[in-house]
Amino acid sequence: MWSLSNIAANIDQWLNANMSPTWALIVEMLIAGVAVIGLFAALGLVLVIMERKVSAWIQIRLGPNRVGPKGMLQSLADTLKLLVKEGMTPGGADKLLFNVAPFVAMIVAMLLLAPIAFAKDFQLWDLNIGVLYISAVSSISVISILMAGWASNNKYSLLGAMRSGAQIVSYELSAGLAVLAIVVLTGSLRISDIIQAQENGWWLFKGHIPVIIAFIIFIIAVTAETNRAPFDLAEAESELTAGFHTEYSGMKFALFFLAEYVNVFIVCAIGATLFLGGWMPFHIGNWHAFNGVMDWIPSSVWFFGKTFFLIFVIMWFRWTFPRLRIDQLLNLEWKYLLPISMFNLLLVTLIAIMGWHF
Amino acid sequence: MFLKQYIQDIWGAIKSLATGMKRTGYYFTHHKEIITQQYPDNRDTLLLPERFKGEVVMTHDENNEHACTGCTACELACPNATIKIITKFDVDAETGKKKKAIDTFVYHLELCTMCNLCVEACPTGAIKMAQTFEHSVFDRSQLTKKLNKPGSKVRAGVE
Repeated sequence: MWSLSNIAANIDQWLNANMSPTWALIVEMLIAGVAVIGLFAALGLVLVIMERKVSAWIQIRLGPNRVGPKGMLQSLADTLKLLVKEGMTPGGADKLLFNVAPFVAMIVAMLLLAPIAFAKDFQLWDLNIGVLYISAVSSISVISILMAGWASNNKYSLLGAMRSGAQIVSYELSAGLAVLAIVVLTGSLRISDIIQAQENGWWLFKGHIPVIIAFIIFIIAVTAETNRAPFDLAEAESELTAGFHTEYSGMKFALFFLAEYVNVFIVCAIGATLFLGGWMPFHIGNWHAFNGVMDWIPSSVWFFGKTFFLIFVIMWFRWTFPRLRIDQLLNLEWKYLLPISMFNLLLVTLIAIMGWHF
Repeated sequence: MFLKQYIQDIWGAIKSLATGMKRTGYYFTHHKEIITQQYPDNRDTLLLPERFKGEVVMTHDENNEHACTGCTACELACPNATIKIITKFDVDAETGKKKKAIDTFVYHLELCTMCNLCVEACPTGAIKMAQTFEHSVFDRSQLTKKLNKPGSKVRAGVE
């Protein structure tokens, strides 16, 4: 049976049989790094063309349809174009910060991939504080935006970066509280434990209404955290030209663009892991025939299917809702999402203590 | 009382957001009804909206006669000097009287903003907006057009 965990185990065996354990570990780390970079490139290409097609269909257009079959190679052509363009640094810019900022954005996105379980027994690093690690590392991404905005020496960039700072600092709270609801129910911060706890049903179905509320709050908060519409005040094309990446061009701009899409993938993967059972197949009670068919579908397909469904929902938000003003944005967080998620966390704790969940 | 208002606000917000998502979701699942025109592919069957304005033309009938009296109302109405009318004096063959008539109707397409004010101003309905739009040329001087056809004259009974 071919599965991602089998392939990984075979490579591990072959390397350990042919070289010393230290070298085997180094080669495995190299392979993992190359795989992560490859996943990044593939995700960037797929998500950009997916966004353009989804937006076109929602706006009753056709979307890109010239390059390749049905326009599917459009993002590849765009990437080639960006690769050969000159990466300008403006005269008054802070050269070091300006050039480092896009790489900080990328490195944060790469670090976040470590604890995500892509399939059954297929995970780069199953550390015991996985959820805490994710919420800690994901808040570094605001540093790259602030660096880019400050170093550009441009009022639009600075305004965009400051808005983004206020936005991410506030929405981290409700995203964290929504994640805490699942941690309280599972009793563990380890990603593999959280997935294992959903073997007999996903938390979204097992946890009654409080978990559904937590899920909705999580989706709203991560949409804000990844700076996507309706919370895209940091780039706000109609107000700030392009916000914090106004002055960027060529591949440095592409890195910011790529980091945004990879961040969307990561938060959707975390949402799928916490609320929709990660790679766990969909089971209904005692329907053994149905459950058997569901088990037959590979676990990686389940994981990517759920993640892409959530990505589609976030794209759907983007092309439906108008952008919020900065005061409306902060009102929504501090007057609605935060009190609700705090109260909701108490309810979930009560459910966990009394054992009312299925 | 405050709590009731608070929950009502949230409920109203969720309901209106769901209404919007239902609309866009309908569009997403029914993407056969495309509103955009696939322009270079359907040049023969292109459907332009009725009020689309491409350029100013002067209508001529089958006798090569137009309705322009050379009153220059359009030239005065034009906000950016797109139209220049050059008049001449025709001598009537029977009475020997001089009569003002149009010699050349000069139209600078490169200056025109398609504001339609000249068509509104024309008292005799001599000019109208055409729906042609493929105006690109290699030499800018080709955009300066002469709207009255050679040898044409004003239709009898217009004045």
